[in-house]
Amino acid sequence: MLDQSKSPVGDAAQLDFLNALFDKGILVDTGVDGLYGRSGEFEDVLNRFDALVTKHGAADKAEAMRFPPAMSRKTFETSGYLKSFPQLAGTVHSFCGNDHDHTTLLERVATGEDWTKDQQATNVVLTPAACYPLYPVIAKRGPLPVEGRLFDLQSYCFRHEPSQDPARMQLFRMREYVRAGTQEQVLAFRESWLERGQKLMRSLGVPLEIDIANDPFFGRAGRMMKAGQREQGLKFELLIPITSTEKPTACLSFNYHQDHFGQTWGIETADGAVAHTACVGFGLERVTLALFKHHGLDLAKWPKAVTQELWG
Amino acid sequence: MNDEIRSLIGKHCKLPTDVATLSETADLYAAGLSSFASVQLMLALEDRYDIEFPEAMLNRKTFSSIGSIAAALRQIVPTGAAA
Repeated sequence: MLDQSKSPVGDAAQLDFLNALFDKGILVDTGVDGLYGRSGEFEDVLNRFDALVTKHGAADKAEAMRFPPAMSRKTFETSGYLKSFPQLAGTVHSFCGNDHDHTTLLERVATGEDWTKDQQATNVVLTPAACYPLYPVIAKRGPLPVEGRLFDLQSYCFRHEPSQDPARMQLFRMREYVRAGTQEQVLAFRESWLERGQKLMRSLGVPLEIDIANDPFFGRAGRMMKAGQREQGLKFELLIPITSTEKPTACLSFNYHQDHFGQTWGIETADGAVAHTACVGFGLERVTLALFKHHGLDLAKWPKAVTQELWG
Repeated sequence: MNDEIRSLIGKHCKLPTDVATLSETADLYAAGLSSFASVQLMLALEDRYDIEFPEAMLNRKTFSSIGSIAAALRQIVPTGAAA
């Protein structure tokens, strides 16, 4: 997952870039911070980048799977997401009442009263990271084959963190490769993507750096999790300056989960040990925004080398 | 204090190792203490001693052994409170 905890509201540079994107029609304002429409050009760039990721990962022959941007509430509860990131979760609630309740609902809406308090939780939760629906699917297949498994995912993800930083959306797409296997297998996977990720982004002419990172764990307990994650080098990010050079934006992340998901879901290696997992995540909107930032809002004026790389 | 810490580890950390066999200096992470379990242990210690660990102590090092936990507690638990 990408850490989206920094800077909860937009600063001047972020707001300037957001307004420029609105003015050009690249992003479309919906009245909610972090919830935007995308133009055809934006989607074209994003999809070409998505395809470029596929190209760079093709040799590994990952098994592709696509889930909708919501997942089972039960799976979500078991995943432990609420232990770590309760502040980011989004649950889906619906009206489940009768005719009488419907009348009350409409009255409340009309008078501007809170109509949401009687909404009932459904069995659906918004997907917080593309890989969350995957782990129980892996576990269900039984022990991993000797070579482990590799999956290719992409999903819209939700994180409740309204912001005027265009690079911190509440609903955004995350492309992921997820590796499950022995510790050696998953660390080798992460290492290879640390290399490939840099090569891929350099080919698109953007400045970048790799840094150690942590996820936005909640509260005091979260401080320990953050410190532990950093001390053990579990998370790295590929950062690109978008609205700030001092605080560049995490566009790719390289995560080693140790046996956390293996334990949680009972995923076993071929010899019966608890499986380790790792993933590489690509923030598709963030990369797209980085490209617009560095090559300009006018796609026709982008450097030929970059358009060649994306459109072939 | 070490016995109290040992008992809380036994209760909250689900180590694959027998807690009674862990020496004061044994590396708890090597003994199977997960990040999540170390957080549970931290919260249990706060409840037991009615304290709050300062932010500077909320790291892996503080919870790496029974001895290091005891040393941290000695710094923050009021004298006489530790049974």
